[in-house]
Amino acid sequence: MSRQANPTATHGDPHASHEPVFVGETRARLQALYPKYPTKQGCLLPALWMVQEARGWISEPAINEVAEVLELTPAYVKGVVTFYTMYHTHPVGRHFIQVCTTSPCNICGAEDVVRALLDATGCGELGATSPDGRFTVIEVECLGACGFATPILIDDDFIESVTPEKVAGLLERYA
Amino acid sequence: MADDLVNVTIDGMTLAVPKGTTIIEAAKQAGVLVPHYCYHPSLPSPAVCRMCLVEVEKAPKLMPACATAVAEGQVVHVSSEIAKKAREGVLEFLLINHPLDCPICDQSGECELQDYVFQEGRAGTRYKEYAKRYNPVEDFGQDILYVPNRCILCTRCVRFMDDVAHTPILNVSERGDRAYIGISEEQRLDHPWAGNVVDLCPVGSLLSKDFLHKARAWDLDKTPSVCPGCTQGCNISIDTRDDVVVRIRPRPNLEVNRHFICDYGRLNYRWMNRGDRIEAPLIRENGRHVATDWDTALARLEQVLRGASGSAVILASGRASVESLGLVRRLVDGFTVTAAVQVPLGEEAPLAGIPNLALRRERAPNLAGAELLGYTRHWEAATREAMAAAVVMVLDADLAPADAAALAAAPGLVVVLGSVVPESLENAALVLPVTTMAEENGTYVNRDRRLQRYQQAKSQPGMARPAWWIAGEVLAGPGPSADAPSTAAEAFELLGERWPVFAGLTYADLGFTGRALVAGPAGVAAGEGAAR
Amino acid sequence: MGYPHPSHPKETVVLSRYFGDADARTYDGWVQRGGYEGLRKALGMTREAIVEEVKASGLRGRGGAGFPTGLKWSFMPKEVVKPHYLVCNADESEPGTFKDREIMRWTPHGLIEGCAIAAHAIGAERCYIYIRGEFTEPWKVMTAAVEEAYARGALGANALGSGRRIDMVLHRGAGAYICGEETAMMNSLEGRRGNPRIKPPYPAVAGVFGVPTTVNNVETLAAVPPIITRGAAWYKSLCLGNPKSTGTKLISVCGHVQRPGNYEVTMGTPFRDILYDMAGGPKPGRTFKAIIPGGSSVPIMTREEAEAAVFDYEGIAEQGSLLGSAGCIVMDDTTDMVYQICRLARFYAHESCAQCTQCREGTAWTTRILERILAGRGKQEDFQLLLDLSENMTGKTICVLSDSCAAPVVSGIQKFRGEFEAYMTGAREPAMAAV
Repeated sequence: MSRQANPTATHGDPHASHEPVFVGETRARLQALYPKYPTKQGCLLPALWMVQEARGWISEPAINEVAEVLELTPAYVKGVVTFYTMYHTHPVGRHFIQVCTTSPCNICGAEDVVRALLDATGCGELGATSPDGRFTVIEVECLGACGFATPILIDDDFIESVTPEKVAGLLERYA
Repeated sequence: MADDLVNVTIDGMTLAVPKGTTIIEAAKQAGVLVPHYCYHPSLPSPAVCRMCLVEVEKAPKLMPACATAVAEGQVVHVSSEIAKKAREGVLEFLLINHPLDCPICDQSGECELQDYVFQEGRAGTRYKEYAKRYNPVEDFGQDILYVPNRCILCTRCVRFMDDVAHTPILNVSERGDRAYIGISEEQRLDHPWAGNVVDLCPVGSLLSKDFLHKARAWDLDKTPSVCPGCTQGCNISIDTRDDVVVRIRPRPNLEVNRHFICDYGRLNYRWMNRGDRIEAPLIRENGRHVATDWDTALARLEQVLRGASGSAVILASGRASVESLGLVRRLVDGFTVTAAVQVPLGEEAPLAGIPNLALRRERAPNLAGAELLGYTRHWEAATREAMAAAVVMVLDADLAPADAAALAAAPGLVVVLGSVVPESLENAALVLPVTTMAEENGTYVNRDRRLQRYQQAKSQPGMARPAWWIAGEVLAGPGPSADAPSTAAEAFELLGERWPVFAGLTYADLGFTGRALVAGPAGVAAGEGAAR
Repeated sequence: MGYPHPSHPKETVVLSRYFGDADARTYDGWVQRGGYEGLRKALGMTREAIVEEVKASGLRGRGGAGFPTGLKWSFMPKEVVKPHYLVCNADESEPGTFKDREIMRWTPHGLIEGCAIAAHAIGAERCYIYIRGEFTEPWKVMTAAVEEAYARGALGANALGSGRRIDMVLHRGAGAYICGEETAMMNSLEGRRGNPRIKPPYPAVAGVFGVPTTVNNVETLAAVPPIITRGAAWYKSLCLGNPKSTGTKLISVCGHVQRPGNYEVTMGTPFRDILYDMAGGPKPGRTFKAIIPGGSSVPIMTREEAEAAVFDYEGIAEQGSLLGSAGCIVMDDTTDMVYQICRLARFYAHESCAQCTQCREGTAWTTRILERILAGRGKQEDFQLLLDLSENMTGKTICVLSDSCAAPVVSGIQKFRGEFEAYMTGAREPAMAAV
């Protein structure tokens, strides 16, 4: 993902003290995964998803917590986190919008969709969070729905065949 | 036996190597160095730098020599046009974002990027009009700086921490051309063996703060030696510039330390450069020490030893050589002898991934040698006995203030063979200047009874001589004598008669990686003082 | 069928028959449509018999490499000393390809069934289905289907009452194209960076978690139940004269066509039929300029080459490209080829895992050169430079990502040189600001 995410975004404060993620129900969910993998390390990607689900992004203290829970080192976990572009290492807007702009969508007008989204959300530029903290828009590589150009992901909602005209209406659902 | 060997031809030379050998190692045996970055014989091979691609006949594409095992009848071309072109391509890719700041880089002169580019890289760049990738220098903690702009992402450092140190605190962060070596904000590279990543780094990306901008590689004199830090006996190189020790680096010895040394050993060299050295023999005249020449000093030593009888105590440094300990011990053969060697203690720090390699608790490189020669590690008992001994020989021991004060009041004859000015031994009959291990040739026996040579890395100050020389001269009698050893090798050969474990061995037998001592008859080989 | 479009008469619908049919997503719905018969039959067969049947069917890996599936399975150790694992590659991320997504969305039980048969055939008790992180909807559908399959006894300690244990674990990726490469996927499953591994060791010897592993693509596994149910001979008969390419293949068609979608055809169907009849040809008033037939990693074909090709592994290769994952990116005469080739190079530069030098640096450098050309600052010698870099990036790395970056560049320069030159000479306005 982009490194330009706006640190003033509201979704999380990088300096806030870290409340553990793996307590109660989340811890139980993680523990239920242990028997499914021969090593605790195998649960790393699912564990990171749980952190992001709970906090919206993966902070340094969260990395430390994951490392401790899975008996890994923070550096190891960080190396993994930074490899996968869907893990956010910076706070992002309340709604995270990913627009496919790889060639198949690109030739079908994906860049116009991006511009429409940047205008409609008020983000202004890719990777930045809108002043109201509501949206962050990034370009992503191939979402795997090339026959339905242009697909976008808003949080976990996969939306096909987006055109610039449809953008304004789409966003209304996301407060 | 022949079943375990395969025949390969590398750049026209056919040789037989054990099955499973990689092409890169087989090529070394054929005298061909396949250029490489990520490969290191003490680390797992990820085959990522792609520098060691070689042409293997009948293979569909170039093969990484570091990760391809030899096969019977294989024909390998390291220097063919196609292999060279591939390497030239890799070098060009590695250089596009490299700052080419060799003039201010510590690695310059011993840089594998510099070497291979010079050897077979392109003359000019085709990467024009673009800014190079830039990331700021990062302090990884302890002794290590990371200069990401020079990094070629060979990942040797990461693999060392993962697979050898078993402490994965370095990572590759991000991906593609944004990747760099990362560390957790909360962790520092403070593992006791972390300094090895500086040596492993093939370029100037990981630097020692201790050595930062101290010297250019081509100004260094590198001397094969043995680490004086503990009983492990890691093989090292002592690097000096203008007779000053500026750096210690590991020297490969697969039997002892593979390619590594610990940070304690690496940084334990400042004492080698001490300026407060005894530079002339001192004899006690009219209640004070006066400088004299060696003839006078040796005659005085011979005279005082001849004039005494009863018990003698030797208090020796754990860094004293086999030769010095042996001949000094022989010097007091007429006495009832208590000989002790000083063994400072510290924390044990193993290197997890290498069996039998650790910074040892016993911080004395020649403890095992001393014990073979009849010295004990019972230091306190020996210092107590010194108070009643007729003769006390202090062999470069680092006396605690209390011990020194006690010895200053000892009734017997005190002879100091020392490297630095003793603070409170005004009562010493003689104070004779001796060399440190950095200033002499000698041998140590490590904890596994491996006898290893070290060589003189810098000149001795003033009139200082090795302790074995002083003892040898006295043993040979007054005046010039052909019996006195004139080299450490000769001194060593004098030991075999008295200590059979050393019999029949010469320096030539030891080479520069040493040799395990064969255990002799228990009573003899173990020496008188071996009781533990 | 070319969901969301109705089935075309020239299609042969096997895998895609129930695309768009929400009822087929449920366990009961799947059983009503003949589902789980293949698994029931397979559980009564020996491992060897299943492998032989699949070998005889001629099924080849649908992920891109086209390796014979039965042969791959036969590499697994006969004796199960350590656990064996099956990994289902549902990390579909090759630009232009979107077929596995539809299989998971519409026929999740077909995939589960295929996975279960394959697991049995290779002596595995556990199958990991690695679904790319962006596939939120397939993830939900698959999660529900797996839960249902467990609840109905098709999976678990006693699969369909056979006494055989078959477990299925869904694993979500997190945004990395390279994890579609099987060894990178194994690393990712192990909680590592998705770096491809060197071979040997091969997965069948030491795969995920260090034990014997087979990795198969979604479409490949989904094709297994019909093969077991209806027999190898039937599957093999679904080819038009080329016994090396048998069965049906889902072709994802996207870009500048009237009806983009997944079309299921028997191998050997003329490419023309797919492009013009099924996908509806170009938009009104336009003509095709270029087609990338097998996902973005294969050489670009001109319209003429594509029109002359029959659609199977060999037929596409004869016209100078590769079938790959059969994701066809169709570009019409309005397409700026230089811009799109640059966009593809940028994709590979973004996705390079950073291990191999040529790929890490070469993909980024290639992108910069193309961007410079687009900014109107290209020079004639850039052709030679790009081709030379491409040569240095081909056949020299652990995986083929850098080769994939080079393929469209090299074929693009060969076939659309004039468009590059137009930017160099100023005949075309810069499409990008100078970097």
